[in-house]
Amino acid sequence: MIQTFAFYLFAAFMIASAVMVIMSRNPVHSVLWLILAFFNAAGLMVLVGAEFIAMLLVIVYVGAVAVLFLFVVMMLDIDFAELRAGFIRNFPLGIAIALVLLAELVLGIGAYRAGEIVLGTPTGTAAPLIGAGNTESLGALLYTDYLFLFEATGLVLLVAMVGAIVLTLRERDSAHRGHQNIGKQVRRNPDEATVMKRPTIGKGIDL
Amino acid sequence: MIGIEHYIVVSAILFVLGVLGIFLNRKNIIIILMAIELILLSVNLNLVAFSAFLGDLTGQIFAMFVLAVAASEAAIGLAILVIYFRGRGTIAVDSVDRLKG
Repeated sequence: MIQTFAFYLFAAFMIASAVMVIMSRNPVHSVLWLILAFFNAAGLMVLVGAEFIAMLLVIVYVGAVAVLFLFVVMMLDIDFAELRAGFIRNFPLGIAIALVLLAELVLGIGAYRAGEIVLGTPTGTAAPLIGAGNTESLGALLYTDYLFLFEATGLVLLVAMVGAIVLTLRERDSAHRGHQNIGKQVRRNPDEATVMKRPTIGKGIDL
Repeated sequence: MIGIEHYIVVSAILFVLGVLGIFLNRKNIIIILMAIELILLSVNLNLVAFSAFLGDLTGQIFAMFVLAVAASEAAIGLAILVIYFRGRGTIAVDSVDRLKG
């Protein structure tokens, strides 16, 4: 009973905040509604016992992606009213396409419910461990069967990080005071960088 | 009793809302990126629901991979957005025509 109530609560809030994400006038409000949608999706995932993914969703999306969105929206000085100009004009086409898509998805769900398609049954390794929590079973599977995919995911994240840094790095003038020129430093050799002098006593040295 | 159909219906609605968001805000690329995040969220919800109801953890593993790819996509997309704004002073999608595609 309480599960049913919680499901409908989370689902209603998630759908409502998704509507607000695409409808709200101010992109900052959109980001905040997106955060609410992610929290409710995490609630839905907790409800079926996938705590780890739910917490990951909260940490990665709310903690990183949404803050990144918020940062970009607030950093750029954009006239959002001008960007919203085609909203009403696009409305009929958007609704039509959304309805077609929804009809197709409903047909698909109906076909699934009719029961002709047999989904795979868990075989051995991918089933949750007996007597272990969701996180433990997930870890046991992730670090054995999916180890290489896991490392490849890390590589994807590394490439994304390097790409984001390379894209947004501002090339400064290398002659700018206070910036070191590493190539010039490396090219120096001792012969041209130092001179030997033997000064006589009582006189200075001329360079 | 909540079954898998409830989850499929909710994530289908979320997916359609994401697609609708792309069509409604065709000029504002920030909202488009957020709509893509909504679509990916609905896919994740579907993967997790099927994984939980079938008792097979592979779906949750793949939800994690989808999450990682979505995070990378948001980071790269917003970086491109920032450098585009630096050069042009606007982020309207229909002014992105430098490649004459």
